[in-house]
Amino acid sequence: MSFDKLKERNLGSGEYIQVDTGEYPETGWAEFKQVIKRTLSVELFKGLGITFKIMKEALWKDQMHTVKYPIEKLPISPRYRAVHKLLGLLESGTNRCIGCGLCEKICIAKCIKMDTKIDEESRKEVTEYTINFGRCIFCGYCAEVCPELAIVHGGRYENASEQREHFVLKEDLLTPFDQLQFQHEYDGFGAVSPDADDKIKKTPLAY
Amino acid sequence: MDSYIIETIVKVVVILTIFSALAGFTTYIERKVLAFMQRRPGPLHVGPFGLLQILCDGAKLFTKEDFIPQHAIRPIFMIAPVITAATAFIAMTAVPFFPEFTVFGYTVKPIVADINVGLLFILGAMATGLYGPLLGGMAQANKWGLLGGARTAIQLLSYEVVTGLSILAPLMLVGSLSLIDINNYQAGGLFDWLIWTQPVAFFLFLIAGYAETNRTPFDLLEHEAEVVAGYATEYSGMRWGMFFIGEYANLFTISFVVVLVFLGGYNDLWFIPGGLAIVLKVMFLIFLFLWTRASWPHVRPDQLMWLCWKILMPLALVNVVITGLVIMV
Repeated sequence: MSFDKLKERNLGSGEYIQVDTGEYPETGWAEFKQVIKRTLSVELFKGLGITFKIMKEALWKDQMHTVKYPIEKLPISPRYRAVHKLLGLLESGTNRCIGCGLCEKICIAKCIKMDTKIDEESRKEVTEYTINFGRCIFCGYCAEVCPELAIVHGGRYENASEQREHFVLKEDLLTPFDQLQFQHEYDGFGAVSPDADDKIKKTPLAY
Repeated sequence: MDSYIIETIVKVVVILTIFSALAGFTTYIERKVLAFMQRRPGPLHVGPFGLLQILCDGAKLFTKEDFIPQHAIRPIFMIAPVITAATAFIAMTAVPFFPEFTVFGYTVKPIVADINVGLLFILGAMATGLYGPLLGGMAQANKWGLLGGARTAIQLLSYEVVTGLSILAPLMLVGSLSLIDINNYQAGGLFDWLIWTQPVAFFLFLIAGYAETNRTPFDLLEHEAEVVAGYATEYSGMRWGMFFIGEYANLFTISFVVVLVFLGGYNDLWFIPGGLAIVLKVMFLIFLFLWTRASWPHVRPDQLMWLCWKILMPLALVNVVITGLVIMV
């Protein structure tokens, strides 16, 4: 590469479209002719035609751009990081969380708090799980670190409430038992890749 | 004599109520049409199709605090919106809105004062309306208001010239200043309309009308991007509302005048009775006002002056001279 090419700063495809501004009138006579030409050609009425066409399309061809927000909502990206969800196990309906505490540890805003105990089946049971949304910065580390895909970010972005505490409780985040059949496997932030099954390796039982 | 006074008072009250209400309704129409032309639905949620939005806006305007800002010259600041609204309605007194009709055997002339200089009176009363924005803008201690007031003076005064000169040519043909006479001159159907014999005067008068009613291509008095709200910067509540009502009343007056002078007035058109025909024509003109607002950009003040004095006024003069020559020959 030559030095000149290195100094070329106009990167990109280079396919610029030049706006045709026409010749700029030099003399008074040319200016006068331009005025006459613009007056007699019906450019202003062409503008009126465009707006009228747009009105027709908006009214009768369903080209209205407005999203009537509370009634209709735009789809959001699966990678959107809104209020968290705690997913349950489809088979038993219990919480997927195994109480490992990784999310609590990794949380840089220190907004996740969990209490655990050993239950009668000598499994770890989560007794309390809260996320303080007054502090949460929605970084997504908790969803990324979770080994069980138990905590994920949901799509519920309408988190306006009279009290922040309304979002904090575990009961609000956890999928209720009777709605387990509606639970979607989350394919957004922190989820396993689609080809995860192919990558998996069996653990030899001899270990 | 008594019946004449009572009849006049009834007419005045009817015109005042109808056009005050129409001013509110036109804001709704304006918002809807502008919205459609920008692919929006416009006011939607208050009442059916957002129609009750007018009532809400009216209630808001009426219940707002009547506030006069610091350093404003109180009496002038208070009286300026009244001038705009009053002159707008005074101008309507000489406008014949409909053909004569009979109610219970009583013939009603839908014009408050049938004076023989009707058109001159209308133009004069509307020109007096310039004192509203001018005094309102100058009375407040605000540079935007001052700029708006100054722009009022240059814009309205300049375009008065074009209005007067452009309307002169059709008046020479008709030979009367009474709008009823002008209307009757065009009684012979579509091809008797003065727009066919005076197309240049029609366009000049329409352009000047846009400037006089402060509509969008010449909306310099309160152009938000340049002078915040111009002369209305420090106004709020019902005083601002009076400016508003006056402006829309002027809009209707100028539409009626254009229809009466150039578009055949309230004469019957084909199968359409005259009363309906004039309403339809005025509605189209109002729609044209909104349509251009959605389509065309503002002009700069210097472009406005250039257009007025170097293009429109010479054209109007040439039009008058040619019309005179044609009449003489």
